[in-house]
Amino acid sequence: MTTIKKTRAHRPSKTGRRHPLASVALIAIGLLFTGGAYAAFSTSTAVATTDASSQQTIAEGEKLFAANCATCHGLSAQGSTEGPSLIGVGAASVDFQVGTGRMPMQMQGPQAQKKPVQFTSEQIAALAAYVASLAPGPAIPAAELLDAAAGDAANGAELFRINCAMCHNVAGAGGALTEGKFAPAIENVSAQHIYEAMITGPQNMPVFNDMNITPEDKRDIITYLKYVEDNPSPGGLALGSLGPVAEGLFIWIFGLGAIVALTVWITAKSN
Amino acid sequence: MTTVNTRESAGDQTVGAKKTGGFTATAANYIDERTSISGAVKELGRKIFPDHWSFLLGEVALYSFVIILLSGSFLTFFFQASMAEVVYDGSYAPLKGIPMSVAMSSTMDISFDIRGGLLMRQVHHWAALLFVAAIGLHMLRIYFTGAFRKPRELNWVIGFILFILAMAEGFTGYSLPDDLLSGNGLRIIDGLVKGIPVIGTWTSFLLFGGEFPGTDIVGRLYSLHILLLPAIIVALIAMHLLFVVVHKHTQYPAAGHTNQNVVGYPVLPVYAAKAGGFFFIVFGVVMLIASLFTINPIWNYGPYDPSPVSAGTQPDWYIGFADGAMRLIPPGWEVVWLNHTYSLNIVVVLAVVGLFIVTVMVYPFIEAWITGDKREHHVLDRPRNAPTRTAIGAAGVTFYASLWAAASSDIMATHFHLTMEGVIHTLQATTLLGPILAFFIAKRVCLALQKKDREIVLHGYESGRIVRLPGGEFVEVHQPVDEYERWKLVSYSDFKPLMLRPNAQGKIGPAEKVRAGLSRWFFEDRITPVTQTELNRAHGDHPSAITDQEHQSAITDK
Amino acid sequence: MVKDDNGAEDVTAADSPGDSLAPIAASTAVVTRDSLVNPGFPPHRPRITDLDHKEERKAERAVYTLFYVSIVGSVFAIAAYMAFPIVPEDPGSVRLNNLFIGLGLSLALLAIGIGAVHWGKALMSDHEGVDERHPVRGTEPVRARAVEIFQQANEESGFGRRTLIRNSLIGALVVFPLPAVVLFRGLGPMDQNPVDLLNETMWKKGVRLTMDPSGTPIKASDVTLGSSFHVIPEGLSEMEHGRLEEKAKAAVLLIRMDPADLVESEERKTWSYQGIVAYSKICTHVGCPVALYEQHTHHLLCPCHQSQFDVENHCKVIFGPAKRALPQLPIAVDAEGYLIAQSDFTEPVGPSFWERA
Repeated sequence: MTTIKKTRAHRPSKTGRRHPLASVALIAIGLLFTGGAYAAFSTSTAVATTDASSQQTIAEGEKLFAANCATCHGLSAQGSTEGPSLIGVGAASVDFQVGTGRMPMQMQGPQAQKKPVQFTSEQIAALAAYVASLAPGPAIPAAELLDAAAGDAANGAELFRINCAMCHNVAGAGGALTEGKFAPAIENVSAQHIYEAMITGPQNMPVFNDMNITPEDKRDIITYLKYVEDNPSPGGLALGSLGPVAEGLFIWIFGLGAIVALTVWITAKSN
Repeated sequence: MTTVNTRESAGDQTVGAKKTGGFTATAANYIDERTSISGAVKELGRKIFPDHWSFLLGEVALYSFVIILLSGSFLTFFFQASMAEVVYDGSYAPLKGIPMSVAMSSTMDISFDIRGGLLMRQVHHWAALLFVAAIGLHMLRIYFTGAFRKPRELNWVIGFILFILAMAEGFTGYSLPDDLLSGNGLRIIDGLVKGIPVIGTWTSFLLFGGEFPGTDIVGRLYSLHILLLPAIIVALIAMHLLFVVVHKHTQYPAAGHTNQNVVGYPVLPVYAAKAGGFFFIVFGVVMLIASLFTINPIWNYGPYDPSPVSAGTQPDWYIGFADGAMRLIPPGWEVVWLNHTYSLNIVVVLAVVGLFIVTVMVYPFIEAWITGDKREHHVLDRPRNAPTRTAIGAAGVTFYASLWAAASSDIMATHFHLTMEGVIHTLQATTLLGPILAFFIAKRVCLALQKKDREIVLHGYESGRIVRLPGGEFVEVHQPVDEYERWKLVSYSDFKPLMLRPNAQGKIGPAEKVRAGLSRWFFEDRITPVTQTELNRAHGDHPSAITDQEHQSAITDK
Repeated sequence: MVKDDNGAEDVTAADSPGDSLAPIAASTAVVTRDSLVNPGFPPHRPRITDLDHKEERKAERAVYTLFYVSIVGSVFAIAAYMAFPIVPEDPGSVRLNNLFIGLGLSLALLAIGIGAVHWGKALMSDHEGVDERHPVRGTEPVRARAVEIFQQANEESGFGRRTLIRNSLIGALVVFPLPAVVLFRGLGPMDQNPVDLLNETMWKKGVRLTMDPSGTPIKASDVTLGSSFHVIPEGLSEMEHGRLEEKAKAAVLLIRMDPADLVESEERKTWSYQGIVAYSKICTHVGCPVALYEQHTHHLLCPCHQSQFDVENHCKVIFGPAKRALPQLPIAVDAEGYLIAQSDFTEPVGPSFWERA
């Protein structure tokens, strides 16, 4: 009985790593980018960005792509069994995936994780320009759409609760998805990356096109997130904004723990 | 050996004080002539309370409740329990212009527009979490030391009802601000109630005053929260404490402690100073937590709306075990039969949780029936000296902990990089197998500790010092245990399994058979306390032990 | 003398638990003549404050210093109340107000508490006292008198003798709370039946799908692949009364998938539009909003109890405690290209209930 118990206890950590999930994730990522391409054709952000970038940057990006990305995504970004096609995913997608360190992927897992960024901002721009030159796709958002000061936090908060909080938590602390996937915490994510995530729908996140959430609404959401970031919790330390679970653990371990320590002092015989 | 040793005579000082002049004496005289209070002072003023840290856990619960009453009264001056819709126009920018209920809006005002209001809200909520936690820990202490035995069975039941009421207070209070988190909590209650066969649909309809969420529920929960439940709690606490006075407090086994005495400090002055001071300490700790740590940030959650929800939607900790039980139900537990829906995924949860609660509540009566022991017990059991009871407790704690952990399955998945499906499956296994495993481990540990105690009594502690005897033999010197310590190790009740004997008609009833079976299960593995004969024998063949003669003289000297 | 169930007769040892309070059955407890004897109290150990006058003074100083510190804490809290006002629209000011009033009060409370306990521990007499216990039950004469009183009362009232009076009284007492039960019917509206209400939502033929919370109608072309829209019926956002009650039933999630991924049953082939599907957002378990849509696995997850639904297969349950698939809203497109409902849901949405078949 003991052995059964042990294997059961260890199962989750195993499923977390080498479950068929790896292949699921691969397919997922593949679908993600085709989805992104579809979105690109039918949204207003689908601007042909090739004009904006000089041929030189594109050539530089192509070289970087061949050296760092082509193993999985194919020499001309057409995709392979290891990684999806990047034709039509747009500059926004590249900027988000590479700019947050998710790409290049270190290892296959349920989903690509945030990690230290591997490239300089020039290199990321070059990669983005190259991928954008292959086919039109969502562009990197203009600066005025990212200006948190110009937005309406209340509208942003309401939209955030309806469209985002179920996965990312009302305070942006993140949350669990199925089969080891998760919605990451979005505290301290740059406005640009938040915006790009909404228009490209990275990993399993749905796409929020401009018909669904207008560019101004997206800016309001950014305003709200920056408001929460800039104004620390009025009640004091937020315990990870994880809600009642964190509060319950805290009161048991630190609250009741401290009080029990004090009861021991109270009833100990004085020296 | 004397059982009574009244070292200080009660009452003398108080009476003496009243005879002397001065304001205190005049005031005391004034009051006594109108209330006969001197009698109470005489009876209770020098009443003895034993001193042990674990005896203060109930006080933590009591003091938390007082803190809740104080901070809660403050909150009622500002809170408006109405679900009428208003547009928020307070100080918190990200909710400005958002329609919400008056309840939510007034809670926002308490938090953001009244100085110290947020502090009082946080004191109230933290103290509530502490209240239920302290009751839980207090109950574990009572259980594992056998303090529920005769004559305290009824007080266990009262305490247990208080535990349930505390959870009800907690849940009703959690729901009052009408924020997104608590609104989804009520949504779950609605779904749960609707799943009850026959009466569910109508019960939910009446509870919410129509369709969910309606505009009545907050007001109704408010009157429960601030009127009905606190009144019952106060009455039961009074009864609970009255019984403590009537029974006098239990005490741990120790030298000089007997079943006929109670050893400790008198109410006046030592116990009053310690217990009174402890109230301020508990209040201070809660206040410190409330000033440093956010609790229930409703401004993040926003007003209740049936469409949005937050990741990590959980109840407060004490409802967690029920929520966790709901998460552990495997898919497909619902059947339609004869044109009615049987929601087994809900009924089974209610039945299992209900059965667990009832079993805990009636446990003292079950154990009393099995042992048939009708004696009063005022000296506590050390948990190891009641191995089966301790093992049952360990199993119960494991079961509860599994359900409780399940309520945070999603948070465990994200924080330990597991799959939520894996977490749920693991907890399904631990809920079913964990208690069995915990039972056996706890029982074996208890028996091993009892054996160790026997060894210590008979042969002393191992000192680690090896000496060579004149005959060339090497022995380890054992440090003998002193007689006071020894008494702690040998003074416990020992039970034999019940032997079945026919009654007057020469028959053995089925109830007796069950009882005998349970008794065997309870007591078949037993380590008997060391007897005088055994001790004499052990000392006789052990060089380093003090002789029995020395013992006897030590005792007679007293 | 105690007789136990094992048939052994034995004399209780002088100090074994449970003796002498009352000669009561110990049942299966083993009562032995041979047990060890309680050695009595260990010798009293004096404290350092009892022996050393300087230590005693030091403890005394510590106690009154703590009480003065408490006063400082209270004054600090009052000062903080004035010095850290709440500035409208500035949560930082709330944080400071909360923090400093709280710290002042914590200091005031903890210092009183620690001071009092220290006083009790270090300075008050630490000689333990002993109280004698008595059996909880009343003494025999008292119990006899109590029985006598009841018998006398029975005699004088005829409670036991006049059975007709007694039984009719019991009957009356049983019946009199019943009107209260009836009164509770008024908790819910008299003119409504929950079962009827649960069977209908705001959706009906031709009602446009609009966005939550703005109420903007949605064109089919707006819903691009991989999108999820949170939807309410047209007109809900302007409702004055009953808005949340309707929303609690009518909330819908709109998703566009590659039509090739959809596995649709014959009768529901017409319920979707070019890969756009609409499902009730209310969990069939206990009613939380099921809104966590995974774009690539096409799974929907409920964050409350982790039920998972497969959008590809009519939102059938694939994990968790829910049993039934999420109800699907049949949709179509009107002349202007806006998405509309074909009808109401064909089954009640949300949690199961008894009358649901």
